[in-house]
Amino acid sequence: MAKDLAPTSATGFLDYAPAPESTSILHLQKSYGLFIDGAFVRGHGTPFASVSPATEKHIAEIATATPKDVDVAVAAARRAYDKTWSKLSGADRGKYLFRIARLVQERARELAVAESLDNGKPIKESRDVDVPLVAAWFFYYAGWADKLDHAGLGANPRALGVAAQVIPWNFPLLMLAWKIAPALAAGNTVVLKPAETTSLTALLFAEIVQQAELPNGVVNIVTGAGETGAALVRHPDVNKVAFTGSTAVGREIAKAVAGTGKKVTLELGGKAANIVFDDAPIDQAVEGIVNGIFFNQGHVCCAGSRLLVQESIHDEVVDRLKTRLATLRLGDPLDKNTDIGAINSREQLERIRELSDIGEAEGAERWTAPCVIPENGFWFAPTIFDHVSTSSRIAREEIFGPVLSVLTFRTPAEAIAKANNTPYGLSAGIWSDKGSKILAVADKLRAGVIWANTFNRFDPASPFGGYKESGYGREGGRQGLAAYLQAGTALKGAK
Amino acid sequence: MSRLAVPKTYKLYIGGAFPRSESGRTYEITTAKGAFLANAAQASRKDARDAVVAARAAQAGWANATAYNRGQVLYRIAELLEGRHAQFVDELRASEGVSAAAAARQVDDAIDTWVWYAGWADKYVQVAGSGNPVAGPYFNLSVPEPTGVVAIVAPQGASSLLGLVSVLAPALVSGNSVVVVADQAHPLSAISLAEVLATSDVPGGVVNILTGSPAEIAPWLAAHADVNALDLTGAGELEWVELQIAAADTLKRVVEPEPGVPGRSLDRILAFTETKTVWHTKALI
Repeated sequence: MAKDLAPTSATGFLDYAPAPESTSILHLQKSYGLFIDGAFVRGHGTPFASVSPATEKHIAEIATATPKDVDVAVAAARRAYDKTWSKLSGADRGKYLFRIARLVQERARELAVAESLDNGKPIKESRDVDVPLVAAWFFYYAGWADKLDHAGLGANPRALGVAAQVIPWNFPLLMLAWKIAPALAAGNTVVLKPAETTSLTALLFAEIVQQAELPNGVVNIVTGAGETGAALVRHPDVNKVAFTGSTAVGREIAKAVAGTGKKVTLELGGKAANIVFDDAPIDQAVEGIVNGIFFNQGHVCCAGSRLLVQESIHDEVVDRLKTRLATLRLGDPLDKNTDIGAINSREQLERIRELSDIGEAEGAERWTAPCVIPENGFWFAPTIFDHVSTSSRIAREEIFGPVLSVLTFRTPAEAIAKANNTPYGLSAGIWSDKGSKILAVADKLRAGVIWANTFNRFDPASPFGGYKESGYGREGGRQGLAAYLQAGTALKGAK
Repeated sequence: MSRLAVPKTYKLYIGGAFPRSESGRTYEITTAKGAFLANAAQASRKDARDAVVAARAAQAGWANATAYNRGQVLYRIAELLEGRHAQFVDELRASEGVSAAAAARQVDDAIDTWVWYAGWADKYVQVAGSGNPVAGPYFNLSVPEPTGVVAIVAPQGASSLLGLVSVLAPALVSGNSVVVVADQAHPLSAISLAEVLATSDVPGGVVNILTGSPAEIAPWLAAHADVNALDLTGAGELEWVELQIAAADTLKRVVEPEPGVPGRSLDRILAFTETKTVWHTKALI
C-alpha cells in the first residue's frame, strides 16, 4: 500500500511506521458471477467494478443480477427448500452451520483483509469485531437448529420458506451472518443481495458455503444495485423479507409487501442519543463517545451521533474529546494502527459533506480533528459540531459518517425528552455511575438497544432492532430466531 | 299504569369523556329486523385526531403503572361487566337479533376474555423477555414494552361486544393506549362498554372508542404520524392493503385482517410490543 496512506496523528504523538496487513493472503478472481444453486453463474446485467474506497483502485468485476436472474435464484432456493433443506433434521442443519462457523474462523484473516480492502474499514475492526462476530453468529444459531421447540412459538414451529435478504455496505459480512445464520437454523433457504459497493466478502462466503458442502440452493447470492434488491423483495415466491438499510428504502419495502402476507424484518436508520450525566466516569465516557460515533467511520445505524451532555460538564467533556480525537490515526484501512478508515463511497462522502455544511450554515460550531487526508480515496476527518440546536438538520437526520452533534441538558427529564425527540428509535447510550439513574432513564428511552456505560456492543445472543421508524423485528437471540419461524397458532400478519 | 322508558343517548368515548361527534353527525342503529333502536354518533376525521391526541397523552401514564396495577384494572373491567350482564344481553339481543342464550354466552365470553388477559399483565414480560449470555462482562436483558398508541378496526358484523374486547384487551394489557373503531352496524355495546371502562379505573384517554364508518375513519388513523401500530383485524371488507401502505409511511406495526372474532393469544399481546435490550457493564473484580 502506498506510503502516503500510512496513518498519522496530527500531533506527531506516537507516530508509528506503516504496518499494513498484506493482501497476499487474498486470491481474488478478476470477475465474480452470481452464486445460484451451489455454483457461480453469469449475471445477465451489466457488470460493475468494486473499487477500494481508500485508493479508488479496481478490485474485481461483479455481476449484476437482472430480475430474470433473481427469478432463477428464488427458484433454486424454493427447490432446495422443498427437496432438501426442509427434510433435513434440525441437528443436521445445525451441523452445517457449525461447519460454516469453523470455516469462517479458519479463513478469518483473509476475510478481514478482503473486508477492509473493499469496505474501507480499519483492519483492526474487521479483524477484531466484524469477522469474529460472523463466526459467533453462525456458532450461536447452529445450536438453535435442533431446539426450535424452545424458540417461544410452541411445539413444532415451522420455517417460513424462502427468505429474501438485502443488506447494507457498512458491515457487509457481519450483516450477511445476521441474516443467513438464523434463517438457515430455522429451516429457511435464502437469496441474499449484498450492497453494490461491498459484494466481495459475500462472494468469498459463497466459497465457504461450497467448502461446507451445504446442499445446493440453500444459500444463493445475487449481486447488483437497488433494482436487483427491489426485484428480490417483490418476488411473489418469497415468504420472508429481511432488510437492513435506510428508512427511506425500508418504507418502500413495507409498501411493496403490503397485503402479500410476507413476514418482514426491517433494521433501518437511527439518530441515537448518547447521554452523559455529570456523575459519569468521564474517561470511560470519552472513550465511549469516540467508539459510539467514530467506530466504522460512523457508518453505523446505531451510532451515537447525538451527544447529550449535562451542561455542567459540557466544556470538560468537549475539551477532552477534542484532545482524544487529535490522537486518532486516519489512513490506510489495512494498516494495523489505523483508527479511522475510508468513507465507503464517493456518494456517501458527498452526503456527509453536504450535511456538515448545512450544520455549519445553521449555526453550529464546527471542529475538525487535525489529520492529514490522503490524496486519493474517500476520506472525512472526525468532526464535532458543538452548540447544536434540536431543530438543526444535523441533530435530526442520519449523517452516517464521523460527525458528532453536541447538545446539552440540565435535568434527566430534559435528557429523556431530547433523546426521544426523533422519529427514530434504534439505540441510545447512558453514562453515569449511579445505577438507579441509569435504569430509570433506560426505562423511559424509546429505543431498542440501550448501552449503559458502554456503546456499540453486539452479540449473537442479544436481540437488536428498533422502535418507531427505525424498523421492526429483532435480530439476535431467541427473538431473532422467531423472526424466521411461524407457529400453527401464529397471529396472521403479525410482525 | 305503564311507565315511559328513558332511552340512552349514545355518544363517542374520547379522553375519558363522552362527546358527540364534532361533526354533529349521527347514524341510525336498527334492530336485526330494521326497527329504530338509537342514533349513534358518526365520528369524523377530527374526532379520530382528537382521540389520538387523548391516547398519546394517556399512554405514558398507563405504561408506567405497575403490571400488577394494570392487571387489576383489567380484572376490574371484568367485574363491572359481570354486574351489568343483563344490560349487555338486552343490548346485544336488540342489536344483533341473537337469542338470549347466545347473547349471554357472548357476554360471558367477553368477561372471561378480560380475566384471561388481566392475568397476562405481569407475566408476558417473563415469557417473552430474556436474559442474554453475551460474550463479555455485561448484564444484558431484553424485555418487551408497549409500542405506544394502537389504532384498531374492531371485528365487524357479528359478536360486537366479544369482537371489541378480543382486540382491545391484548393491546391494553402491556400498556398501550388505544383508538378503536367499533362495529359499524352494532356499536351500542361498545359505548356501553365505554361506561364500564370509565368506572373501572382505566385512566381517561387510555381507551378511545369511535363509532361510525371504518372506511371513512381508518385511513386517517393509518396515516396518522402519532399512531405506532395498526390492528386491521376487522378491516377485511375495507381496502385494507391501502391502509397498510399508508401505515408504511411511518413504519407502523400492522396486524392484518382476520375473519370473525380472534382467539385469545399471547401473540396478539406481543404484536403490540417492542423488545428493548439493555446492556450494562459489570466491573472486573
